[in-house]
Amino acid sequence: MTPAAGVVERYLDEFRRFAGNGAGAAPSWLQELRQAGIERFAAVGFPTTRQEEWRLTDTAPLARTPFTLPDAAVTRIPSELVEHLVGGTAGARLVFVDGVLQPEWSVRSGLPAGLKLGSLSDALRNEGDWVASHLGRYAGIERNPFTALNAAFVRDGAFVRVARGVSVERPIDLLFLASGAARGRMIHPRNLIVLEREAQATVVETYAPLDAAQHLTNAVTEFVMEEGARGRHVRIQRESGAAFHMATSQSYQGKDSDFSSCSLAFGAALSRHDVHAVLDGVGAQLLLNGLSVLAGRQHVDYHTTIDHARPHGESHELFNGILDDHARGVFNGRIIVRPGAQQTDSKQTNNNVLLSDTARADSQPQLEIYADDVKCTHGATIGPLDPNALFYLKTRGVGAEAARQLLTYGFAADIVSRIDVPEVRQRLDQLVRARLAA
Amino acid sequence: MPPMLEITNLHVSADGREILKGVDLVVNAGEVHAIMGPNGSGKSTLAQALAGHPAYVITQGSVRYEGRDLLDMDPEERAQAGVFLAFQYPVAIRGVTNAYFLRSALNAIRKVRGEPELDPMDFIQVLEEKLRAIGWDDSFIHRPVNEGFSGGEKKRNEILQMAVLEPKLAVLDETDSGLDIDALQTVAEAVNRLRSPSRATVVVTHYQRLLNYIVPDFVHVLVDGRIARSGDKALALELEEKGYDWVKPEAAVA
Repeated sequence: MTPAAGVVERYLDEFRRFAGNGAGAAPSWLQELRQAGIERFAAVGFPTTRQEEWRLTDTAPLARTPFTLPDAAVTRIPSELVEHLVGGTAGARLVFVDGVLQPEWSVRSGLPAGLKLGSLSDALRNEGDWVASHLGRYAGIERNPFTALNAAFVRDGAFVRVARGVSVERPIDLLFLASGAARGRMIHPRNLIVLEREAQATVVETYAPLDAAQHLTNAVTEFVMEEGARGRHVRIQRESGAAFHMATSQSYQGKDSDFSSCSLAFGAALSRHDVHAVLDGVGAQLLLNGLSVLAGRQHVDYHTTIDHARPHGESHELFNGILDDHARGVFNGRIIVRPGAQQTDSKQTNNNVLLSDTARADSQPQLEIYADDVKCTHGATIGPLDPNALFYLKTRGVGAEAARQLLTYGFAADIVSRIDVPEVRQRLDQLVRARLAA
Repeated sequence: MPPMLEITNLHVSADGREILKGVDLVVNAGEVHAIMGPNGSGKSTLAQALAGHPAYVITQGSVRYEGRDLLDMDPEERAQAGVFLAFQYPVAIRGVTNAYFLRSALNAIRKVRGEPELDPMDFIQVLEEKLRAIGWDDSFIHRPVNEGFSGGEKKRNEILQMAVLEPKLAVLDETDSGLDIDALQTVAEAVNRLRSPSRATVVVTHYQRLLNYIVPDFVHVLVDGRIARSGDKALALELEEKGYDWVKPEAAVA
């Protein structure tokens, strides 16, 4: 069934309400971005499974659900929830509820000189021209209908700017809490992270629910690293089991920059995450990892693209999926090596373990290589836990159930252990253990 | 007191093909037995069957361990009761460090013995003590189990596991294959250190070389699924000199 015209019309109505409700005061370039976003969405509508990029992920349940923009009312936030989600760390953090920054929950004291950390809406007011030179320049509205929809409703999100040569030691937490309220809310967080030349920072994005109600998160993050910058990025999606989560993570790397990104998908009924990495400088390095742990009837779709645009780039990609019950995992890994991007070294691996007979995984590599002196490899596995490994553990006295748990944990730890920021790695290890024990 | 291990007329098949065709063997506490034989004679099948590998089907015969029916026990029960198999081809476990794996295994066994479980701090002490005892450093205890290990490292890792788990009956399946002479001596020393009147060891090997360092009380030659000849350590030397063809005719007659 194709989404009815009325479905798109609902979003156009919502956009008119949004544009007439204070958003009209935005600078002209931002109004143009929003306008272009909604026009693009109106033209293409929701994707259908007849489109190659969406063949295995049906967004019809999302399209059927009427979502509205949240009102300004702030929900009560349990403090223990915030502490739990940031792992008790005392570092800098921004807390958003339904897309709006909550200053009283955010921690911005004692920031190192050269770090700007705040809401995108403040940055638009304070350094609009600079923001204009980055926002939407990487994650284009043509990427997919949801990126367009996000652009249409751009209002707020996290803004992180690290000045040239500055190293931010502690991880920065960006926490996005969603409430479903009576009618389903849609939230379109828009984040801009820029590490200027030779700057270093670790950013942890977490998407979590305040309640079990159904909502739509449609987030776009642009993460830019200029020459010689070193970015560390962790993204944790632990939405409620009823939620829809659409996301685009767009990274853009300059010469000799070093980016390491790890994405975790634990929650949501339906999630689609497009991870798009552009290596647009000679000698850029990328570690792109991901882990899904799903059960019930959860569906996760990771579409990753690594775009080697310059020579001597290196990318290592490892995505693991742990699927139980009727869960479904989709992985599409596209690697582009542009003409002239010689000496590219790219390795992609996608491993899926099916813990039940009814879980399912699909894995699709997509290599587009237009240079002749490159090294590109890919591999994928889908299957149950290794029976030889199970037997090996049993011969050491580990019981059958404990052996399964240990192997499953190892599958997750294989990803988490590659995070080279110890305090973040330990937090994620705890998180993975708790998720697997659930 | 029953023997530690009593194998009677054991027949084992894999993939519908009979590999062991009536093995008889008695191993008492305090003894070291070597099982030798040419490739394909069933040595590894015997080792795997004792550990309870599901691919090996017992079609006839019995195995008693300290008087209990070993074949009626799950692989983990056998391990918990003190049976240990050092694998010919140890399996890699991604994402699980050696230390974490060994603690899980030791605690599973301690639980059955009614001993308190060890927390990570206590366990590291036990592990370091074992490492010192066998003269190894801790370079590979924080790496994932056997992942990216060299052949020699994997074999050493099997012996480390044996040292930590302190089995009553250890079966070493071709632990010597692929080891250089230094590694072989280290492994043999570690095995010898565990020799005691209350334990027994079965060494499965193709070559006599290992038996220079782990001196057996008994040597058995397995040919075509049966023990063709048994003797003391002199038999291993004789085999080394004359080759396996020397025992084959007798097996054919038997």
